[in-house]
Amino acid sequence: MARAGRYVVVGLGALIMLFPFAWAVITSLTPAGAVLQTPPDFTPEGAGFGAYERLLETMPFWRIMFNSLWIAVASTVFQLVTSSMAAYAFARLPFPGRGALFAVYLATLMVPLQVLVVPLFIEMRTFNLTDTYFAVLAPTIASAFGVFLLRQAVRQVPKEFDEAAVLDGAGHFRIFALVVLPLIRPALATFAIFGFMASWNSFLWPLVIIRSPEFMTLPLGLANLHGQFTTEWNVVMAGSVVSVVPILVLYLFAQKHVIASVAQSGLK
Amino acid sequence: MTLTETPPAASVKQPIRPPRKRLRYALTVAVFLLPSAVPLLLFTLIPMAGSLWTSLHEWNLITPMKWVGLDNYADLLSSEETRAAFGHTLYFIAGYLPLVYAGGLGLAMLLNRAMKGRDLFRAIYFLPVVTSWVVVALLWKWLLNPASGIVNWAIGLVGLEGPGWWTDPDWAMPSIILASAWKDLGFVMIILLAGLQAIPNEYLEAARVDGANAWQRFRRITLPLLSPSTFFVVVISLINGFQVFDQVHVMTGGGPAGATQVVVEQVYNLTFKYGRAGAASALSWLLFAVVLVVTLIQVRGQRRWVNYG
Repeated sequence: MARAGRYVVVGLGALIMLFPFAWAVITSLTPAGAVLQTPPDFTPEGAGFGAYERLLETMPFWRIMFNSLWIAVASTVFQLVTSSMAAYAFARLPFPGRGALFAVYLATLMVPLQVLVVPLFIEMRTFNLTDTYFAVLAPTIASAFGVFLLRQAVRQVPKEFDEAAVLDGAGHFRIFALVVLPLIRPALATFAIFGFMASWNSFLWPLVIIRSPEFMTLPLGLANLHGQFTTEWNVVMAGSVVSVVPILVLYLFAQKHVIASVAQSGLK
Repeated sequence: MTLTETPPAASVKQPIRPPRKRLRYALTVAVFLLPSAVPLLLFTLIPMAGSLWTSLHEWNLITPMKWVGLDNYADLLSSEETRAAFGHTLYFIAGYLPLVYAGGLGLAMLLNRAMKGRDLFRAIYFLPVVTSWVVVALLWKWLLNPASGIVNWAIGLVGLEGPGWWTDPDWAMPSIILASAWKDLGFVMIILLAGLQAIPNEYLEAARVDGANAWQRFRRITLPLLSPSTFFVVVISLINGFQVFDQVHVMTGGGPAGATQVVVEQVYNLTFKYGRAGAASALSWLLFAVVLVVTLIQVRGQRRWVNYG
């Protein structure tokens, strides 16, 4: 009995989680004239892809989606490279002032984005870089969070492994690339997931720095679409549906790992 | 988080190096560090300094800056708008945090036992977490559309009249809270579920043998042993809650009638609507100070209630 009750509650909850997505799909297939109708028209009569066609007519949607994808990938790759290299230095290369420098890295971790938005905007404007891909990417090239996370992982790699490589005549670059990196793969994967999601979802910074549709990312493009089509909810929902698809596909593949990464972050 | 150095292995550190080798070593260190140090300097440290500097000026982003010292801070501290912005932000947190915590804990307890399809349910609850805030805000703005939204239609079915949701000053913040809780429920659930799974079953078993009922076991064993996860959720939620922006900007833009004007929305408007970059920078530092103090108080206070076993 209690068992059945548990299924009912969990199942109902799952429906509440899924319904907004399903309703977005249904709305996106509704013809323009029927969207604002009350009560909602549930008959599939007249349903079609009109809203999607309209979406593609009014904004360079594929380009915006492509922007979001490649910016997220580039930002993730940059962060993986820069953070893992710094992590190696902080864990394995002693030099005077290393502790102090690491403290500076950690301090930047605490400063929230909204503190940086105005001066970053001015910095970009000074160098004539507003409305460029570079401007969107720049603040995400390095990540203090990544350095911290990966440094912990590098420190857990037994020193004996390095020493064996040194005896074989390997320098730091080879130890880093061939010994350490393969051994911290789980931490790299976790960090890659967080980095990708952060870039894919970021809104405030692109909102500030991008004006032209051809450089927009999806969140910004969607917010803009909503601003233009305040009552054409079928078009807005079409945009939302299309923008969810890529992340959904990625999520289906990496779902176990994504959830495990988040679960772990709370156990530390 | 310790800054202590571990003694380097003998073969990695070579204490006495000939000058050429020393130069090479310094170069190696530089190559490893510069790719992160340069961007952090350019895109975090310099803007930080710039923000502090700007906060001491009056500036509309166009004409030259005018030094005003601490006036921006003084003005903000005495202004009605600042108080309102922090008030709205606290209102958001007060609604959002209990909702996601209670919901997340309930779900985590339900899913913490062997059941068929558990992984599937977990994946479904987590789906909104990977969806962007903008999409979530749009989905809910449509669901909660006062005239044509499906939620008010459903409320109408049982003979009641649904509220004006995000168009009504009294209901706008609850609308934002609802959408935010829906998005983050799965995140909180996953964190708490991991915490629950780390509790040894023997403790609960032993309590059962001693005659403790379900509520007593939950109250005396589960909750105290879950406190590190609870602590994590509360700290993260408060940090994110104080910085709430995306969903507010999309759902209400701070309205109607300023009813959802939260602090970061205020920072945005001060800069880009009212041309008051100095005041905006000062406000962002004020918010940072508040978040820092709140977080430090929690870290300090955790000894009283967080049980690390």
